[in-house]
Amino acid sequence: MSDATIPSKSIELRVLRYRPASDREPVLVSYRVAYSDDMSVLQALQSIKDTQDGSLSFRWSCRMAVCGSCGMMINGEPKLACNTFVRDLAPDAVIIEPLQNFPIERDLVVTVGDFVKKIESIYPYIIPKVAKPVEDGAHLQTPAQMAAYESFSDCINCMLCYAACPQFGANPDFIGPGAMALLQRYNGDSRDGGRQFRLDQIHGEDGVWACTAVGICSEVCPKQVDPANAVNQNKTNSALDFFLHYVQPRSQP
Amino acid sequence: MRPTILHHPAPKRSVAPVFWLLFGAGGMLSALFGPALIILTGFMLPHGWGVPANFSDFPHVLAFVRHPIGKLVVLAVIALFFWHGAERLFLTLKDMRAGPPLLLRLMTYGVAALLTLVTIALLLAIGF
Repeated sequence: MSDATIPSKSIELRVLRYRPASDREPVLVSYRVAYSDDMSVLQALQSIKDTQDGSLSFRWSCRMAVCGSCGMMINGEPKLACNTFVRDLAPDAVIIEPLQNFPIERDLVVTVGDFVKKIESIYPYIIPKVAKPVEDGAHLQTPAQMAAYESFSDCINCMLCYAACPQFGANPDFIGPGAMALLQRYNGDSRDGGRQFRLDQIHGEDGVWACTAVGICSEVCPKQVDPANAVNQNKTNSALDFFLHYVQPRSQP
Repeated sequence: MRPTILHHPAPKRSVAPVFWLLFGAGGMLSALFGPALIILTGFMLPHGWGVPANFSDFPHVLAFVRHPIGKLVVLAVIALFFWHGAERLFLTLKDMRAGPPLLLRLMTYGVAALLTLVTIALLLAIGF
């Protein structure tokens, strides 16, 4: 075993806890954890749960920034706990809170129902342009056609952009950066024919127009998805549609 | 056969794109011509630096604003700059929750609209 993996140092984690049965309001609870240089904040929380307090609740699954489950506020910034390392935060005490702008369910677990509804509202699946039976083979796509949407398909629904967005904080009905990135992922896909359905979901006050181009969504994204870019592109699309819908009558979806 | 799609009702359309496009046009114009206009009208013309003699004389300027294209240029530069500033101010004030949105709109878009109308009226009054 190399020196790096032997825990020799310790760090204080102040975790915002909320146990609905006993807490009137969320309270910071302090824990001291021994850490090694390769320990993530997620592992530190797991160590607390395993050895100090089994009731500590947090979401996690993949441990490698793929599943998007372990988003939380670490020293006030939205981060994935699995790719934030204790060594980068030491020696000061670290404050860990649930994702900002979301209702707390318990400890670090937030309610995601509204977010899921927003994702569902923009038809997050390919609506084929032309019906094509399976026996006719695959829908082909060139590398350039794939490049048009690929970066937006990297979104892992971790909601860090929602926790960072001041407009979502001010208006929980704002469709938000993540859903806009996902919309662009499908609208940019050459195989897709559902562009108008999706655009019709974002023309409102709580749609794309609630964004004031703060841009922090793209800064905090752990997958470099650039939702701010998706929002900007769709302000243009929505503005064009605003004028086109007068001259180009179309059937309601 | 087309797959069955579960349809979501479309939310009510916002009029924000109108103001956003004016904001965008004004932003583009001010970025491209704003600094040049400040240098021209603020420094070069008053001092006669690098411009032909009589360049900013009253008859010259009057001829410029009497020409239809000159009128359009002056209108675009004045009105769109104001619409740009109005949108930026409106969003900032709204974020600061400085007042009810209708009042903020009147204070920003309202001022830009009024100044646009005044500019149009003055440009017409100058004649062709």
